[in-house]
Amino acid sequence: MSLQSCVTIQKEWDIVGARQVGRDIAKKIGFGTVDQARIATAISELARNIYLYAGNGKICFEVIDNLDQKGMCIKAIDTGPGIQDIGLVMEDGFSTSGGLGAGLPGVKRLMDEFSITSDKDKGTNITTIKWVR
Amino acid sequence: MRIPILKLHNYLLISIQTEIDDNTAIQFQEDLLNKIHETGAIGVVIDLTSVEIIDSFIAKVLGDVVTMSDLMGAKVVLTGIQPAVAVTLIDLGIHLRNVPTALDLEQGLMKLHQELGE
Repeated sequence: MSLQSCVTIQKEWDIVGARQVGRDIAKKIGFGTVDQARIATAISELARNIYLYAGNGKICFEVIDNLDQKGMCIKAIDTGPGIQDIGLVMEDGFSTSGGLGAGLPGVKRLMDEFSITSDKDKGTNITTIKWVR
Repeated sequence: MRIPILKLHNYLLISIQTEIDDNTAIQFQEDLLNKIHETGAIGVVIDLTSVEIIDSFIAKVLGDVVTMSDLMGAKVVLTGIQPAVAVTLIDLGIHLRNVPTALDLEQGLMKLHQELGE
């Protein structure tokens, strides 16, 4: 495990900032261009969710360097209102904001591992990992 | 930040060269529709060769601007979508089925010529 770096998400432009930082890290670890785009896109979706629904939160990056496996862990942490029905937001096409509703199920498909916890009025935590192939 | 829109005869040409944030995308949508209205353009090519990522929001804005322009009577073709972008869009579940596309600017212009029967 190596050190963790975080980007605060408060303004709309922070979405772009977070995905640029994430892409740079992905490039350094040795992900190919398609996986770099997958990671950057996933970060963009996670950051936008924080900006739209929680208003304040952060995206944290961690490089995983095990003996047999290398990868990148991305955590989206916010202290927003929480998600009432996680099953519903994981359905394709569900959106409360008039978007495409591709966000979270899309992130799950873009990444290799995905887990989500949410507490009402306390916030949402999403952890997702992409492994270098 | 504004995305420049160039006029070429009856067409409008746009090459998106910068990282697009949400506001820039929305601003571009408005600017393009206004420009179509001002110039009476019948065809539009939006070139995405330099765009490295398209997330669900940007995809929605692009898909919408194609439909909106269509309502006004102008045909839009998206060109130059990168391999990595195509892969991530499908992973996201975004198919942009009703959006005309072409490999590059040249083929995009040819497609407009054919469709508009010029």
